[in-house]
Amino acid sequence: MSKYILKRIALMIPTLIGAGILVFFLMRLIPGDVCELRFAGTGLYVDQEQIDVCRTQLGIDRPIFIQFADFMIGFFTFDFGESMWTGNPIIEEVGLRFELSLQVAIMATIVAIIIAIPLGAISAIYQDTWLDYAVRTFSIAGIAIPSFWFGIMIILGLLIFTNWMTGVPWMPPIEYRPIWVDPVHNISQLIWPAVATGYRYSAVATRMTRSALLEVLREDYIRTARAKGLVEKIVINRHALKNAMLPVVTIIGIEFAFLMGGLVVTEQVFNLNGLGKLFVESVNNHDYAMTQALVMLVVLIFVVTNFVIDLCYAWLDPRIRYS
Amino acid sequence: MLKQTGRLALAAAVGFGLMTGAGAAKAETPKSGGILNFVVGSNIPSFDGHQETTFGMIHPIRPFYSLLIRVNPQNPSDPTDFECDLCEGAVPTPTNDGKTYTFKLRKGVKFHDGTPLTSADIKATMDKIIFPPEGVPSARKAFFRAVTSVDTPDDHTVVFNLKFPTASFIPALATPFNFVYAKKDLDEHGYEWHKSNVNGTGPFTFVQSQPGAFVEGKKYAGYHFEGRPYLDGFKAIAAPKMAVRLQAIRGDRAAIEFRGFPPKARDDLVKALGDKITVQESDWNCVLLATPNQQRESMADKRVRQALTLGVDRWGGSKYLSQIAIVKTVGGVMFPSHPLAATKEELVKLKGYGEDIEAARAEAKKLLADAGQSDLKVDFSNRGVDQPYKVVGTWLVDQWRKIGVDTAQRVQPSGPFYDTLRKKKDFDVSADFNCQSVINPIADMTKFLGSAGNNYANFEDPKLEAIYAKIEQEGDAAKLRELVREYETRALSEEASGIITLWWYKINPYRSYVKGWKIAPSHYLAQHLDQIWLDK
Repeated sequence: MSKYILKRIALMIPTLIGAGILVFFLMRLIPGDVCELRFAGTGLYVDQEQIDVCRTQLGIDRPIFIQFADFMIGFFTFDFGESMWTGNPIIEEVGLRFELSLQVAIMATIVAIIIAIPLGAISAIYQDTWLDYAVRTFSIAGIAIPSFWFGIMIILGLLIFTNWMTGVPWMPPIEYRPIWVDPVHNISQLIWPAVATGYRYSAVATRMTRSALLEVLREDYIRTARAKGLVEKIVINRHALKNAMLPVVTIIGIEFAFLMGGLVVTEQVFNLNGLGKLFVESVNNHDYAMTQALVMLVVLIFVVTNFVIDLCYAWLDPRIRYS
Repeated sequence: MLKQTGRLALAAAVGFGLMTGAGAAKAETPKSGGILNFVVGSNIPSFDGHQETTFGMIHPIRPFYSLLIRVNPQNPSDPTDFECDLCEGAVPTPTNDGKTYTFKLRKGVKFHDGTPLTSADIKATMDKIIFPPEGVPSARKAFFRAVTSVDTPDDHTVVFNLKFPTASFIPALATPFNFVYAKKDLDEHGYEWHKSNVNGTGPFTFVQSQPGAFVEGKKYAGYHFEGRPYLDGFKAIAAPKMAVRLQAIRGDRAAIEFRGFPPKARDDLVKALGDKITVQESDWNCVLLATPNQQRESMADKRVRQALTLGVDRWGGSKYLSQIAIVKTVGGVMFPSHPLAATKEELVKLKGYGEDIEAARAEAKKLLADAGQSDLKVDFSNRGVDQPYKVVGTWLVDQWRKIGVDTAQRVQPSGPFYDTLRKKKDFDVSADFNCQSVINPIADMTKFLGSAGNNYANFEDPKLEAIYAKIEQEGDAAKLRELVREYETRALSEEASGIITLWWYKINPYRSYVKGWKIAPSHYLAQHLDQIWLDK
């Protein structure tokens, strides 16, 4: 098992270097730069000399390979420098958003698991009954409805409903407070995006649970378990569901990693100051340093998540770890 | 019938809001207390006013700082009404044939850290802006080309020496980005310190900020305007998405957004909240242009440029486009409410400003035929921002289609758009704009000069430059007005080197409990918040 873990860790390094090369050079292909945007982006008359001073100050007029070397050294020493747009340390800027994004991702995952596994199992066990059809309709709707649209509907629904009930329209808070500072404020802000994204997330996981469980329920060892007189609850929970979880764990892991940096539109709808919003802003502002750091962070999250998924595989399926 | 009644009610509510917005602040006595929450439609960059150019910095940071002089917040619509902020008495008139301005400073003003304000702080600040040391960028250095030196004969006197007399100096000085910093901070911490630290003499002291989320300030007890600010504090919440800002006001998470909303958003808010919403509206010191690139063969022919301006129905656009976009006013090179701006009688003499659009379009088609461009295809570069760029851009495509011009609109995000405009220059016509803070007519109209750093039409017009040179030197108001008309006719009509579409129109719907705020013709002005109070 330890050899397996070491092999997986060794594979992470070239993945990260490859991602670093891609993000660094792709960012430079986008026309324009942060100084031009900062000085000329509001239509102001400004001397070209001032734009050049800004470029020198930020180091973006240096030879590209020197900039690349700086970036890679910075990455492997965890020194990402400062945001070109705000001047704040990148670690500080990302740290703030990471906390929020992580909480939303965890809450959405909990929502998704609570919905997906029971519904997927019910759908498989009661295949082709009205229950199955109802669950499938619910899950297809979840896949079809964009979570940002669902988010907008949630906010509008809250405004209209509370206005109708109390005469005063209420909407979720638009600025974040950590859960240990103000738990009520925190939950009343984050529960709605968690539900909006968790629903879509659960829809995918529900369908995966259903199909995986249906496949497992047709296996010989399930027939054997039933033949030896085990009660159905044990057959499902101990023998079928655990083995059906392999693809579901993969889906949950990949979706979780996606939620960490991919909630671009949902974060804007709920005005969440998360990693997705920061991503969009830094690309729009041509903040190379920030974008590079964020891409590397997301790649790292994906790589680590995949690593954890692989470990789960090994735990769930002995054939993997013994091979 | 019901729909019509609803519309009438909405119109009445807007009217009520407009009336109360204009009159309420005059009639009521300000109350102290409360926290003002407002939303900012942009991400908040660094805190350094001398380097930044966006309202995303002005709205949350301006309340921490003072200026030497400022636009009068009680009369911000008047483009000539300035008052002393850190200086004392009235804004000084120049001496030495208009080449020397002497400011006396208020005594007893202190920075938030307790450091007393002296003339050395003003000099250090203005030197940083006008004569930045090597390697230090300054976004407004170009505003002060006339200034040769800043002197401090004593601790409470500042003297600006100019190379030549210019009417653009006072408006440039009142620019809201010219935050006064403490010399001590610049000396001890360097020129980058203010990017993420605050120490001013403004009405509010810095409490905290969360990058990308909010900035919070609290009342400064030692503020130099006695009895102000009225608010206990404020929180500026970044909300780049318009729908969030709108809902935030509707759900009372924020009371106001200072930049402005499109007409539909105003109507939605008024419809939902009735008299809990007040609306103020104003002409906006921003003009949306279509800039023909004279490096392109087709656009080098002035008949083609004239045809393009003739094809635009400005008066019709003003009526219909203003219902969906933040543009409204038909105008020339000057801010429409300025005394030097063209009257309607003067405007209609310009090509493309006549009221008979069919006649204008017939003339446009003839000009295109004469130029051998009857099948003209135009690559129109536009900025990927809805209001007003994409809305007006789509309207322009339709306007030019009516004179037989086939226009392909190329919409790009701001970065690539500016790269196309400033570096690649591979467009036939580009959307462009001139959006300034303080109305500084003589400076603002340089936008139309081929030599201006922010003119992207790629042309030279010595005659236009010569007219501008006379404008700069002219002291007589009547003669100045004539020269401005000559300049305007040359730029917009004879050469059509710049094509003005419509001037922007500012609409601010906000919670009616916010009092004391008067709309200014720019979203950069009157943002120190010391005049605002809450009637809750």
